[in-house]
Amino acid sequence: MDYFLTEEQQMIQDLARQIAEEKVLPVRAELDEKEEFPRELLAHFAAADLCGLNIPEAYGGMGLGMFEQALATEQVARVCCGVAVSYASSGLGIFPLLLYGSEEQKQKYLPGVAQGKTLAAFALTESSAGSDASNIQTTAERDGDDYVLNGSKQWITNAGEADFYTVVAITDRTKGPRGATFFVVEKGDPGFSFGKREKKMGIRCSATGELIFNDCRIPADRVIAREGMGFIVAMRTFDVSRPGVGALGVGLAQGALEAAVDFARTRVQFGRAIINHQAVAHMLADMATSVEAGRALVYAVARYLDSGAKDISKVSAMAKLFTSDTAMKVTTDAVQIYGGHGYMREYPVEKMMRDAKILQIFEGTNQIQRNIIGQELNKESGRKKK
Amino acid sequence: MSLRVDSELCTACEACVEACPFGAIEVVDGVATPNEKCNLCGACVDVCPVEALSIEGKEAGPVADGYQGVWIFAEQRQGRLAPVAFELLGQGRVLAEKLDAPLAAVLFGSDVKDLAADLFTAGADQVYVADDPRLAGFTDDLYGGVLTQLIRQHRPEIVLSGATAMGRSFIPKVASALHTGLTADCTGLDVRDSDRLLLQTRPAFGGNIMATIICPAKRPQMATVRPRVMRRGPVEAGRSGELIEVSLSSFELVGRTRFVEFVEDLSEKVNLVEADVIVCGGRGLGEAKHFGLLRDLADLLGGSVGATRGAVDSGWISYAHQVGQTGKTVGPKLYIACGVSGAVQHLVGMQSSEVIVAVNKDPHAPIFDVADFGLVGDLFEIVPEMIGQLKAAKS
Amino acid sequence: MEILICIKQVPDTRDVKLDPETNTLKREGVDSIVNPFDLYAMEAALALRDAHGGQVTALTMGPPQAAEALRELVSYGVDEAALLSDRAFAGADTWATSYTLALGAKKLGGFDLIVCGKQAIDGDTAQVGPELAEQLGLPYAAFVRRIVSFDPESGRLTVERLMDDGYDVVEIELPALITVVKEIGEPRVPSLKGKMRAKKIDIPVLTAADIEADEDKIGLSGSPTRVLEVFAPQPRGQRVSIEGEPGEQVRELFEHLKKDKTLAAKVGAS
Repeated sequence: MDYFLTEEQQMIQDLARQIAEEKVLPVRAELDEKEEFPRELLAHFAAADLCGLNIPEAYGGMGLGMFEQALATEQVARVCCGVAVSYASSGLGIFPLLLYGSEEQKQKYLPGVAQGKTLAAFALTESSAGSDASNIQTTAERDGDDYVLNGSKQWITNAGEADFYTVVAITDRTKGPRGATFFVVEKGDPGFSFGKREKKMGIRCSATGELIFNDCRIPADRVIAREGMGFIVAMRTFDVSRPGVGALGVGLAQGALEAAVDFARTRVQFGRAIINHQAVAHMLADMATSVEAGRALVYAVARYLDSGAKDISKVSAMAKLFTSDTAMKVTTDAVQIYGGHGYMREYPVEKMMRDAKILQIFEGTNQIQRNIIGQELNKESGRKKK
Repeated sequence: MSLRVDSELCTACEACVEACPFGAIEVVDGVATPNEKCNLCGACVDVCPVEALSIEGKEAGPVADGYQGVWIFAEQRQGRLAPVAFELLGQGRVLAEKLDAPLAAVLFGSDVKDLAADLFTAGADQVYVADDPRLAGFTDDLYGGVLTQLIRQHRPEIVLSGATAMGRSFIPKVASALHTGLTADCTGLDVRDSDRLLLQTRPAFGGNIMATIICPAKRPQMATVRPRVMRRGPVEAGRSGELIEVSLSSFELVGRTRFVEFVEDLSEKVNLVEADVIVCGGRGLGEAKHFGLLRDLADLLGGSVGATRGAVDSGWISYAHQVGQTGKTVGPKLYIACGVSGAVQHLVGMQSSEVIVAVNKDPHAPIFDVADFGLVGDLFEIVPEMIGQLKAAKS
Repeated sequence: MEILICIKQVPDTRDVKLDPETNTLKREGVDSIVNPFDLYAMEAALALRDAHGGQVTALTMGPPQAAEALRELVSYGVDEAALLSDRAFAGADTWATSYTLALGAKKLGGFDLIVCGKQAIDGDTAQVGPELAEQLGLPYAAFVRRIVSFDPESGRLTVERLMDDGYDVVEIELPALITVVKEIGEPRVPSLKGKMRAKKIDIPVLTAADIEADEDKIGLSGSPTRVLEVFAPQPRGQRVSIEGEPGEQVRELFEHLKKDKTLAAKVGAS
């Protein structure tokens, strides 16, 4: 279906697709097998000017929006969700700076990311703070011209590979939700180290690990926005990044759908290609319909977001929720259509199914997404004039 | 010369449009109309049911005056004559008989005069030898320059070379300098009785069609010939001929290229282009280490290991082993394809093989369409079986 | 280093199929692509430019649509492009093509190095590169698999030239020409800025008059060779299917092979 992309948007989509097919496809199985971080592939994206799509031109980016970023992410995810996560997560890491960073901070950190020379990562989750983000325990104490951080972050994407991290820590426990602050912590800062790298079910090439702050001392100019803004920065970051996660789901589901269709056309049982058996055809029809619905939703939400709209929480959550559930179902169905072959690592769909699960969990679990949507519906109704 | 269409006769049936391999004729306003892609191959003329098409105009007459003789370039490397030299003498003899002309071999190198004896016994009437230290290592500048000037002096009618790396490298330089035609990688050569023209047949469009090329007006007619396709002639022990020593001092030589050294590929005892047997591995092998299995089989058969582009691109074996359109063209006696699907670009590189054996677990793999013997099955069971049975037979 | 790459837009012969009934090529739906070897030539040229400075220009001889191929190369980072296009150029064999390209190269002028792909996948001759070098009076090396070094002072380029049994190391003096094989290095990816530039860049068209071509030396009439006829290749393959357990399959195969004397010696007389 034609989504009426501009010429520039079409170029982005074509370019991301070309790189995904030429450079990512040949190595995706190996990267998954070896759990190897795709640094060389990220260099290709950087060389193609795809690492700074939504960074303003003033900082060396292309000055485009979430829609363009989603187009690119979708094409990469179609080939490998793990590589797509590595590619897109740097974007997540810089959102606090894009939204709330000072001019000096933007000048300092954004150009490197736009040129693909540096990678970023976003650090919120801790062992006692997943869905309950406000329960983070990492502290940041003001000490003269510095802050000293203590604590640890868990399951951080790009841990160890990123050059700098946007980290949220408690600066004043007494202030409750207004007691947290975002900081930029750089690799090499004293007292900042990395813990073990996790072995995961899926997106295995993506680097997931622990950040450890042990009297980690950073200058005060590393504060993003100001003290107390931490959770607002986090919530706003998630609002704008969710369509990107939606793009991961759409791309992954699309890849699985195409593989399933191709297989169903060549696999012959009971005298005909299985795609000609209604049971299979109906499964594929349902899969394709939800992929298209997910795509239309993500594109619409991304465009709405790029228009400058503020009331995006509900639809952003919907984009993430629907597409991640779709990706899980579509990839599972793809394995089913492949039958016994689908279970074998020689075929690409079992990896896609393993990759899909995380989409329902990270960036706010789908239960949290439902909470958000429910709350928004409540508020909207309350605001209606009687 | 041009393609003429009789618009009165033309019924716009489009038989010519379908027959044209180059998309060079279309029906415009109810009449077949050639466009600039037409190269006068005549395929349309043959199929027109109402004979509305004809090729008109005089072919420029051959400038045959004073050109006589069939020459073959006898390639040697490291003091050893390339097998293709003998194939060229075999085919050259057939052409020379038809033309009632002498057959000569041209040999370049340093300290290579003794090789001339083998050329005589293989059928050469004359051997031109340029033996000079400057010709020890192959450079296009010197080999090309010397051959060009020799041809200008002696005016052979036909000059053939093997389509080896050396031949394909410097023979075009010679043809260009002589302003004459060169046909690459021929698989068939013949002489047309009516006018002594050399008919040069070669694959085109990635091997999807065959084309016969002629060089009507320029001389010599030059061609490089695919190794292992032409037949060697009989060897007549004791046969001798005229040895013509060529001194470089009479030539104007330009040397802007310096030959530094040759680095031999020690992974293969026999190079792919000359091998009698090739065992080729494709994507179906799954991993680099499985090429070891094919190596074992190749060793037992005295052959070399080849690979498809898929296997090379996966990093399982070096590009020097790649067979196919973007790799090497081979023509062994026996080609065993293991885990090779048979994509068109691969087939192009090995279709000259005399016997093709295919082993693949996919019964629909295109390789089975060109194989003489197809074994549908698991190569990891079949290849060890081959190895086992070969070892048993040899013990 | 001022570098020229000579490229060709070709039908994707991987997709061209012979219609078995009419013995003609089915051309519908076959894409036009940049000749794969030329992408490797482009990468080699861009790498040299990145290392030594200068510019890369792409030149092709073809119909007007060949400009698309040139634009594609600009999206990868090629700096300039020019198209030799004229009805009079059509039907050229390798001699006439290299004559035309040579005049085009002279017209654009000032190149230190010309890089070509080893061969075009439709013609498969691998002749245009060396013939072009000869037309321009340049030293050359064909089938280059690696550029070992370049010495700007002496203007010498040292390369590894792929041979059938290994490779030769040769040194050539610039200005020169090389043709390259795949080992020279995988092509990079295009960039977004490159694609935008490619869209807007002006690609001059050079006609026969622009390059002062001798009409007897271009196109079909300037070609020493011509196609006499085309025909379908002999379908090959006996297509004997050998079934059974692996052991039986191999035994039966060897029985077939032994019918040939040479092969019988190889599989061992029983």
